[in-house]
Amino acid sequence: MKTESLVKKLGLQLFFTGPTLVAFGVTILLPFLYGLYLTFLKMENVTSVGEFAWFNNYVLAFQDDKFWTSLWLTIQYVVYTVIFVNLLGFGMAFLVTAGTRGQNFFRAALFMPNMIGGIVLGYIWQFIFVKLLPNIGEALDVEYLKYSFLGDETQAFFTMVIVTVWQSAGYMMIIFIAGLLAVPRDLIEASMIDGANAWQRLKAIILPLMVPAFLVTIFLTLRNSFLVFDLNYSLTGGEPYNSTELISMLLVNKAFGESSNYGVAQSEAIILFVVVAAIAWIQFHFGKRREVEA
Amino acid sequence: MALRKPWQTFLLYVTQVVLFFVFAYPFFMLIINSFKNDGEILTDPTALPTSYAFDQIIEAFKAMDFATTFTNSLFITTVSLLLILIFSAMTAHFMVRNNTKFNRNFFLLLVFSMIIPFQVVMIPLIVIYGRWLNFFDTMPFTTLIALYVGFGSALAVVIYHGFIKSIPLELEEAAQIDGCNRIQVFFRIVFPILVPTSVTIAILTVLWIWNDYLLPSLILDLPELATMPIKMTLFKGQYMNDWGLLIPAMLLTILPIIVAYLIGQKYIIRGVMQGAIK
Repeated sequence: MKTESLVKKLGLQLFFTGPTLVAFGVTILLPFLYGLYLTFLKMENVTSVGEFAWFNNYVLAFQDDKFWTSLWLTIQYVVYTVIFVNLLGFGMAFLVTAGTRGQNFFRAALFMPNMIGGIVLGYIWQFIFVKLLPNIGEALDVEYLKYSFLGDETQAFFTMVIVTVWQSAGYMMIIFIAGLLAVPRDLIEASMIDGANAWQRLKAIILPLMVPAFLVTIFLTLRNSFLVFDLNYSLTGGEPYNSTELISMLLVNKAFGESSNYGVAQSEAIILFVVVAAIAWIQFHFGKRREVEA
Repeated sequence: MALRKPWQTFLLYVTQVVLFFVFAYPFFMLIINSFKNDGEILTDPTALPTSYAFDQIIEAFKAMDFATTFTNSLFITTVSLLLILIFSAMTAHFMVRNNTKFNRNFFLLLVFSMIIPFQVVMIPLIVIYGRWLNFFDTMPFTTLIALYVGFGSALAVVIYHGFIKSIPLELEEAAQIDGCNRIQVFFRIVFPILVPTSVTIAILTVLWIWNDYLLPSLILDLPELATMPIKMTLFKGQYMNDWGLLIPAMLLTILPIIVAYLIGQKYIIRGVMQGAIK
């Protein structure tokens, strides 16, 4: 490339990266830094930026039982959803790459829930759990189905897991399909000639080659589940008695609730960020070691 | 694949059909119940409607002010998307071709920002742009779109970056010899080559913005500014358990995106695949 004057270089840099830099700066960078600063202030509400409070907000955050209960609940939700979304997604990917007729149709249908946002999805399933299933329970006289799942703490928690798995499995399925199609045919054929059965083939060839796909799907499910808000808000609304209030919703409620304490809520958000960042980091470092070349 | 015994093939089909039923039933249920009134829905939500009148759907259409809401969503999504595509492609292209320390660090910063939970910047955004600058009241759509561009550029730049690396430099040099400057090279040569990548990014971005709730709900607090998900929550709050109106409203809310899916299904699935591999 020919040499350009410094002014021209700077001009081009501004022209090409300026808009993104500004948008990113005002949307994420500046608020992130400002948010970090806010955690050290005493803030009763959003308009009063109070005096410097050192680490007091963090101390309050660490003493906040509701925060840790909700974080623990979120971790349980993350564990259930990561396991079941990936198991079901992987199984479905297998099913729709088996070469049966109409598999494209099935793929499309299984992916469809991902087109719909968490808000509407939550309301649709609320209707199913509150009206449809009890109605079926009455008609068939099944005691278990007669009462709304959303009225019971444990069951309400699992409705969240069920709907998340129902929605996300199709998305992960698509990523697994891409991974499965990339497994070299000759490796599969060679294993067949060597007399490996389907289970051995899965364990020795397919799964090791699918590690990159699993890295992506686990990362996506982890992040989506940790930060879920819409579905939580619309399906259970945190009910009954705030027993299903996951961490994102807790933080939002805390910021806008009656006893809103911005400084503490902001500190808790930072703690959440540290947790998510740590998990993402651990996952990638463990995952990278397990990757193999075809 | 190896030869499959007939019972195995049979089992494959049965599993597929069962799964299909599980995945499609909620949609099916929504459609059949949209033709019933509240009483009929509550007596038996599983029954097929006795008549196919559009009364409930029309009533919901009017009550949720569908035309305005749909236009709001469409406007916000389209403008945000176009800006994200152009700005991110420009940035990614410049970063790949000018591998300076600044550009490398900016890129890392973008990657890193993808794991920041929205709640971390939520309060600062409200304080800065809502309370101090009053942008939420004076220019709600512009503010929302600007924020979407900010939140959306990280993923877009990363995906573009990966693809631009595979565009041969000779192509751009040839254009420069023919008299194009850097800006013309980008718009005439690079951006057109990036169309398939842009489609991938567009699909991921549209799905996100169209369905997003929390961010717009903080900014758009007048009912006539509401996007589809916001309208749905307002509607639910207003009609509580009047499922005779709520069910058709849900159907109407998901209808545009389902229609888009039926038309562009092939591209959407491919887009998701490529967006994940990047």
